[in-house]
Amino acid sequence: MRTLHHRHFASLIAVATLTLAAGCHKKAVPPPPPPPPAATSPAPTATITVTPDTITPGGGAVLAWKTSDATDISIDGVGTVNAYGTQNVQPTESTTYHLVARGPGGSTDATARLTVNAAAPPQSTGETMDEQMFEQNVKPAFFDYDSYDIRPDAQTILAQDASFLASHPTLKVVVGGYCDDRGSAEYNLALGENRANAAKQALVNGGIAPDRIRTVSYGKEKQFCSQANEQCWQLNRRAGFSLDR
Amino acid sequence: MKAANEGARSGYRCNRGAFLSFKLKKAQGMRAFKGISLPHSRSIFFILLLLSLEWQAGAQDWVRTGTNLGAARIRLAAADFNPSSGDPQTPALKTTFDTTLYSDLNNAGIFDMVSKSMAPPVTPASPQQMNLAAWAAAPANAAMVAFGSFAVNGGQIAVYGWLFDAKNPESPQILGKQYNEAASQDNARLIAHRFADEIITRLGGGIPGIAETHIYFVAARGGNKEIWQMDYDGQGQHAVTHLGTISLSPRVSPSNDRIAFASLGKQGWSIRMFSLVLGRPVSFNSPVGNTLSPAWSSDGAKLAFSAARNGDPEIFTSDASGGNLKQITTFKGPDVSPTWNPKTNAQIAWCSGRTGLPQIYMMDSDGTSVQRLTDGGYATSPSWSPNGQFVAFAWNRKYGPGAPGGQDIYIMDIASKRWTQLTHDEGRQDFPSWSPDGRHIVFQREKGGASEIWTMLSDGTEQHRLTQGGNSMPNWSWK
Repeated sequence: MRTLHHRHFASLIAVATLTLAAGCHKKAVPPPPPPPPAATSPAPTATITVTPDTITPGGGAVLAWKTSDATDISIDGVGTVNAYGTQNVQPTESTTYHLVARGPGGSTDATARLTVNAAAPPQSTGETMDEQMFEQNVKPAFFDYDSYDIRPDAQTILAQDASFLASHPTLKVVVGGYCDDRGSAEYNLALGENRANAAKQALVNGGIAPDRIRTVSYGKEKQFCSQANEQCWQLNRRAGFSLDR
Repeated sequence: MKAANEGARSGYRCNRGAFLSFKLKKAQGMRAFKGISLPHSRSIFFILLLLSLEWQAGAQDWVRTGTNLGAARIRLAAADFNPSSGDPQTPALKTTFDTTLYSDLNNAGIFDMVSKSMAPPVTPASPQQMNLAAWAAAPANAAMVAFGSFAVNGGQIAVYGWLFDAKNPESPQILGKQYNEAASQDNARLIAHRFADEIITRLGGGIPGIAETHIYFVAARGGNKEIWQMDYDGQGQHAVTHLGTISLSPRVSPSNDRIAFASLGKQGWSIRMFSLVLGRPVSFNSPVGNTLSPAWSSDGAKLAFSAARNGDPEIFTSDASGGNLKQITTFKGPDVSPTWNPKTNAQIAWCSGRTGLPQIYMMDSDGTSVQRLTDGGYATSPSWSPNGQFVAFAWNRKYGPGAPGGQDIYIMDIASKRWTQLTHDEGRQDFPSWSPDGRHIVFQREKGGASEIWTMLSDGTEQHRLTQGGNSMPNWSWK
């Protein structure tokens, strides 16, 4: 987590610098030619998806984006973001998420449309809990390759998750089991189930009633990050939590 | 086990015995080299020679094997059919028919086809017009000739087809067939498939051809994953399900009337059933808890699948409606991808992560007599051959840090546990599925970020791609 924060600050600084630099660019074109963009810089690429792409009011969806060769990435309505990541969103009306990625090789953009279906009436739950607050307090547990053993770092996180859930006794959660995209799809679905269930057991051991926790495996069907490197694979090997509404 | 398999690699059903004898020779050469002192320059040369041989040996881990492919191939000619009608549809439909017939016979894996450029430039419409000697002579050198007439009359295709034995001019006719169907491209292909299957059955040891079979698969073409269907040769691809979610692992029933598959719903994964007769989903009593990877017994009476009823995925069996549920494994860790021995329905092979990385195991269908089949690496997705002799599966043998092995298709002889590698150096393969004649295997190949369906003969030769656009998990129909 700490490294993520560092990266966040670093990218903020990078954004600030770039914004200034870009501002200078436009004005100072004729007399002192600015250093030309390195000819070798590849153009940035960007993708963004929202899952599901249709929700009812009060429902949540997950934005997932991925860029490459970009130093300044922002999503309208979300703000500046890392090179790849996910975020839970819960808009009350249909929203188009517009991602702009700028880098030394140029800029590109991508959009994802989330339709909020107005047909269903909003459900009132006993406790108001928005997705963002939930996500801030109930964090995912990460796993080693081909393993569903709870690591010490995951144990700490799950204990914190359990204490948050214990202090919000009306919340019900879904545990999703996820795997990186190596290996076989069917086997990964079974492995993801073991991961979700291991996280569920940790919550139960932390005092949460089993009937508050549902598990589902996404195997390698839903990826948080799609680059072929260990950092990305690690992000994908997780048990993640969402509100069971 | 490991040592036995190392031996098996070179020795098992090896039609090219050269590799085995070469290996022995090389070992003897090594020993001789140690005993004899050679002049310096010559010894360096000899070492280089040995190194180059070693490299060749390492790269040539290719062994020919397969089922129902053993006999010498019959030299077969397929003449273009004679257009015996003036209907304007005739040329286009006849071209489809001629192409499909040639391709079906070529794909069968048991013929040495006479190239069209070698064949006499005639289109005999009937036995009376057939000059067998011209086909038996060089350059065609045909042992058998398929020929006939193709007409479109009043919106109907009428085909007369014959198969003649070119080496038996006294009594040459082996087959004479007549087909009538409504005029359409699909029916031109269908008639070609039927005639090809008649020829293949007659000349292929009585084993029915597969030209009329289908392949079911998962297509991710509209953002969701749906179950699709195509002809065995990749023609006629179309969606079967329209569920708007993720549907995986299609398995068609032995009677070809329904597809079992796993689908993600509100409550997680469940087995769902789609009737190909009714064209809509039908009920299946899927167990509580995430349920995956269905597999039909060959009598269509039972299903095996993976279900996490108590949180841990285990193999279960049920009847065809989901009733009579029985848990047959109790191993901590993933248990998934069962496949029945279709010859007996008395055994099930499956994939288990009970010892860490997934391995292939087999057991009796009541869960007893568990045996491990693979000895390491990352092994998944078993598929049992129709004759019960082999299990095909995906295997990355060299899995581990610093060993970027390939995930390839292998087949293992169940009686001896000897295995053979069928694919090499072409990306990542998974989900092999046998054709009903045991001569072909369809599989998924991921290469350059895209996953597509490929087919090959069950000795690994004649690989070709059937799809494009992001497709996976093929399943070959039973007939």
